[in-house]
Amino acid sequence: MESLDSLRELMRRDRVFDFLIPEQVPSVDVSHEVLLYVEGLSVSFDGFKALNNLNLYIDDGELRCLIGANGAGKTTLMDVITGKTKPDTGMAYLGQTHNLLNKSEADIAALGIGRKFQKPTVFERHTVFENLELSLRMDKSIMSSIFYRLNSAHSDRIAEVLDIIGLANQSRQLAGALSHGQKQWLEIGMLLVSDPRLLLVDEPVAGMTPQETENTAELLTSLAGERTVVVVEHDMAFVRSIAKKVTVLHQGSVLAEGNMDEVQNNPDVIEVYLGESH
Amino acid sequence: MTNLFGTTSLPGFFPRTKLLSMDGGKVFLSLLIVVTIGASIGNLVFSPESIFYVDTYTITLLGKYLSFALLAMAVDIVWGYCGILSLGHGAFFALGGYGMGMYLMRQIGDRGVYGDPLLPDFMVFLNWSELPWFWQGFDSFIFAMCMVVLVPGLLALIFGWLAFRSRVTGVYLSIMTQAFTFALMLAFFRNEMGFGGNNGLTDFKDILGFNLQSDVTRVALFSLTAIILGGAFLLSQFLLSSKFGRVIEAIRDSESRVRFVGFKTENYKVWLFVYSAVLAAIAGALYVPQVGIINPGEFQPLNSIEVVVWVAIGGRGLLYGAVFGALLVNYAKTQLTGLMPEAWLFALGALFIGVTIFLPRGIVGLLSAKGKE
Repeated sequence: MESLDSLRELMRRDRVFDFLIPEQVPSVDVSHEVLLYVEGLSVSFDGFKALNNLNLYIDDGELRCLIGANGAGKTTLMDVITGKTKPDTGMAYLGQTHNLLNKSEADIAALGIGRKFQKPTVFERHTVFENLELSLRMDKSIMSSIFYRLNSAHSDRIAEVLDIIGLANQSRQLAGALSHGQKQWLEIGMLLVSDPRLLLVDEPVAGMTPQETENTAELLTSLAGERTVVVVEHDMAFVRSIAKKVTVLHQGSVLAEGNMDEVQNNPDVIEVYLGESH
Repeated sequence: MTNLFGTTSLPGFFPRTKLLSMDGGKVFLSLLIVVTIGASIGNLVFSPESIFYVDTYTITLLGKYLSFALLAMAVDIVWGYCGILSLGHGAFFALGGYGMGMYLMRQIGDRGVYGDPLLPDFMVFLNWSELPWFWQGFDSFIFAMCMVVLVPGLLALIFGWLAFRSRVTGVYLSIMTQAFTFALMLAFFRNEMGFGGNNGLTDFKDILGFNLQSDVTRVALFSLTAIILGGAFLLSQFLLSSKFGRVIEAIRDSESRVRFVGFKTENYKVWLFVYSAVLAAIAGALYVPQVGIINPGEFQPLNSIEVVVWVAIGGRGLLYGAVFGALLVNYAKTQLTGLMPEAWLFALGALFIGVTIFLPRGIVGLLSAKGKE
């Protein structure tokens, strides 16, 4: 009888089969005002502890800067959050519900975590426009890609982002032909066009002119509030110009956290990091 | 500079959109139509004394070249566009060929040397008393054609799923594809496999009731090959110029970036690989009735490598470049093996090295660069 019932349930004509219902991604739950939870994270490569019991909480809408010497674990942390590296222990959640550690890179990107790499990575043999088109937030399955036609909402969105990143005149140019700074901006544009919830930005101003650096600072500050931005940067002047809250990493764990002045006056920080440059 | 796997550290030399433009494709399709119609009329209408007469040997040779061209296009789709250097596409070609060969064997009926109404000659020779289960159904043309597509397609799906999900790329993938075709070759050489051992399948009589030796059948097979090549070109052009194609090329240039943008790259690669394998299999099925034999030699690793050489010489990342390369190299092979058989492999090797060093985009790539200046 039970199987008959389940068969009847399966054949109900007032609704489609369960497996045909598109999977709904539950929205990110930020009722506790924290967007990203990272707890007890440890990663080791051949015995070297890249991350060591790291705890980090990023509030929704915050602009946070991560600083630390080379090998402090900044990039590894981003790798874990975006699904590139699996940690040995610990947890990482987006909002209350989304466990990031059991998801693939593509799924994490679909949740709304965008990443800008340290070395600008754009699709060099595609035009600037195509780079942005590929990054649009939309269905990324094979079938929808084959039959995709650019609609006006999408082309408006791309035009808008082209304006923001100042590459409107270069939109038909190959991305490989852009200057280093322009590539950095294009990559930021690729993040923007995907409407991410959380932006992870690794060294955005490396190789930029002072003017470009200033524009980048302006852009990142304007994004905060609406989106959450985490910036990794070595350029202390740049960090000072944008950051409200700074986290200092050292040997894979958090050394200090607070506003720039607090951090700079923290004796531990002075000793291990800032002290070297003073 | 570009390397064999299509990655690049310098800006591309050619705007992608230019290379995909329909112009070259139109020239290619027009040429294909003109040659096909011209050669067909030349064979069927004109008498052997006329200067417009095209002999049947040439027709069959052209048909063979065109099926190789389809195989080259299949390899170009995965290698030139997605950076997957498959050195095992000959296996899909041969499997498609075996599917067609099995149908043709069943069509022989009791006209074989041993006159058995059901069993092909080699089975009688091996003292088999009944038809193995996997030969059932191959007397139906429709069934056989479904198998031509499904078996290689399924194999490519399994192989691709295992390889791409485990993120095997580059040389390692190429070596795996070599091992794949080598393993199949060893298996098909065994008599117990039931595919005719090292003699393979041959001595075909007719296809769909038409005598395979007649001029009309030969011309029909040649024209069908041309039509399928043209159709496959148009379909592939459509796929690769869609957003799907842009994702595929982005995977070739920077796969991890594509993942972080949110595409499941392994799915894209698997289905592109399956599509390409099916094209290769269809090419094999068209090849066998025209040359009249299929044997395990087609699985040789060297054959698959040769296909890659055709594509490199013609111009990878260009569908008609691959076709051009296949036609050119095979024509050269026919001529040169007639004159100096032992020199052919040296010539092929020299050609490959020369093209890799001096013409990274192949001959068609060179022509389109010249055209732009």
